[in-house]
Amino acid sequence: MNIHNKRLNKFLSAAFVTLIYIFLYLPIAIIVFFSFNSSKLNVVFQGFTLQWYGVMFQNGDLMSALKNTAIVAVSSVVISVFIGTLAAIGMFRYEFKGKSIVDSFLYIPIVIPEIVMGISLLAFYHILSISLGILTLILAHVTFSMPYVVVTVRSRLSGYDMSLEEAAMDLGATRMHTLTRITLPIIAPGILAGAMLALTLSLDDVIVSFFTTGVDSVTLPIYIFNKVKTGVSPDINALITVIILVTLLVMLLMRTFDARTSKKEQA
Amino acid sequence: MAQVSEKVMVELHNVDKSYGDNKVVKNLNLQIQEGEFLTMLGPSGCGKTTTLRMIAGFEDVTAGAVIIEGENVVNKPPYQRNVNTVFQNYALFPHMNVYDNIAFGLTEKKVNKEEIRQRVGEMLSLVQMDGYETRRPSQMSGGQKQRVAIARALVNRPKVLLLDEPLGALDLKLRKQMQVELKHLQRQLGITFVYVTHDQEESLTMSDRIAVMNNGVIEQIGPPDKIYNRPATKFVADFIGESNIFEASVVSINGDNLKVIFETGGAEVSASGFNQDEMVYISVRPEKLKCSIDAVPGFNLRGTVKEHIYVGSISKTIIELPNGQNLKMSLLTGTPLLPQGENVWVYWEKDDTVVLHTNEETLYNLIEQVPKIEVRV
Ligand SMILES: Nc1ncnc2c1ncn2[C@@H]1O[C@H](COP(=O)(O)OP(=O)(O)O)[C@@H](O)[C@H]1O
Ligand SMILES: [Mg+2]
Repeated sequence: MNIHNKRLNKFLSAAFVTLIYIFLYLPIAIIVFFSFNSSKLNVVFQGFTLQWYGVMFQNGDLMSALKNTAIVAVSSVVISVFIGTLAAIGMFRYEFKGKSIVDSFLYIPIVIPEIVMGISLLAFYHILSISLGILTLILAHVTFSMPYVVVTVRSRLSGYDMSLEEAAMDLGATRMHTLTRITLPIIAPGILAGAMLALTLSLDDVIVSFFTTGVDSVTLPIYIFNKVKTGVSPDINALITVIILVTLLVMLLMRTFDARTSKKEQA
Repeated sequence: MAQVSEKVMVELHNVDKSYGDNKVVKNLNLQIQEGEFLTMLGPSGCGKTTTLRMIAGFEDVTAGAVIIEGENVVNKPPYQRNVNTVFQNYALFPHMNVYDNIAFGLTEKKVNKEEIRQRVGEMLSLVQMDGYETRRPSQMSGGQKQRVAIARALVNRPKVLLLDEPLGALDLKLRKQMQVELKHLQRQLGITFVYVTHDQEESLTMSDRIAVMNNGVIEQIGPPDKIYNRPATKFVADFIGESNIFEASVVSINGDNLKVIFETGGAEVSASGFNQDEMVYISVRPEKLKCSIDAVPGFNLRGTVKEHIYVGSISKTIIELPNGQNLKMSLLTGTPLLPQGENVWVYWEKDDTVVLHTNEETLYNLIEQVPKIEVRV
């Protein structure tokens, strides 16, 4: 009786876990599957083909969306990492009046609904009569990703021993050298994590981008979003498959890098 | 072997330091000679670290001057002062191995690679860490990290090495060993050491001179034997080694002989520069205290043997006075001990005491309550 119960329990929990994974990954699997479908419709599988991958690369709109996405992602990551890291170091190092207020304002973009942010940015650009385009898009992305950089860098800094900087200066390093030879290398894992977070946020942002982009600066998520309104075409399936592949590759790289740095630090 | 020269290496001149309203260093004046091993000794929070950090350049002085080799450096950043620091927590760079840690100062000064290699090698031998070049700080014990931290500072050939409780985190045995090594190193290199500790025993074994600090003020400065045998204030007598301290009043003076009375009796001491009826502190070291079954001329101080404590090469006897004060007496282990509960007369040699001035007001009330006890002569 007891043993029977145990078996049942085991079976149920295995089934449950399986269901969760099916729920998570089946939609993705379907998309990947249909990207190789020779039929134009995502309903029946007619036969294997790679033609949609070719179509995808010949789609001028899609390619320019890809280019825009890359430009926005790279510039917004670079800017938000630069500002965010300096902000985190400054907030960690200095005590000043109203620090806690400045601190909490830094996190508001994280919790604020994206739609609110999108609309406010749009209104803001409108008031300043800045025409929408790639620049407004980059600034918008910096606005929502910078706080994440601050958070990750600060968490890395929390265990940071300030006497290391004093030791460096004691040994003749200027403030600049202390930053580049001591502080930055030590908090590098935090900066990298922040950069990755900012990158993913920028790459797949739809809502804020929707409000802040111009006609000539459509990004990939917005392009897909617009396309889907008229039905998912197979070349989108192909594109999504490529994105999944790239994501997996990046994740793999991160994992090996992480494993190596943590091994180094423990060693 | 290097000698302490007459040249003043570091001078603090009327140095004040405040954090807000909190004055942590008050009008400090200190001259440290070239090649000297000077220890700043005092309880936690008395301002030792702050003083050291002002010499290193990590803290600004609120007022006064920090003079290194004749030059006022108060406006110079740490990297322009010819001093190096060994931090209590070592502060080794965690992302660099031992070699790169030690080489750091030299690479900052753009010394060429070949010379760096040679000098780092020399330092590693000096601190007996050959072969550890590629170790990371996290792969070493506390003692090894401390050696690397010392090597990292010394490789720059500083004129002055500042050390803030460098042995504080080590266990007792390693500590004793490192004390000897550090002292030896200092003698060998002839570098001026400014050493901060709250451990009075450590300061006595290592220093050429000790500056005893209390509440941001240097209470006494001098060689260890002078500090130990001739403490200038009650604080110093209390803080360095153990002391039996009596609050007493001078009843008569005959040349250098003072008769004093205190709450539990009276005694004779030898001292000069005191006045009739002046309130004083009498301080007697445990090893100078004696007791006998029979009364001793000049002394009227009775107590009960309370307990014996064995502490290795010496034994301590606690003698309780009628007012509850416990006197500590130390004897070489093996000396016959008086039985517990025995009533004894306590005395000492007249020259074995230190007599200190007190602030009279604070003790005035106390003396009123002292029962008048006849001094037996
Ligand atoms: N950065 C600081 N801000 C405010 N007070 C401080 C600071 N650093 C030290 N103090 C105060 O100065 C006093 C002396 O400190 P410190 O020099 O570290 O003493 P020590 O090294 O002798 O233990 C202490 O009361 C401490 O609280
Ligand atoms: Mg201290």
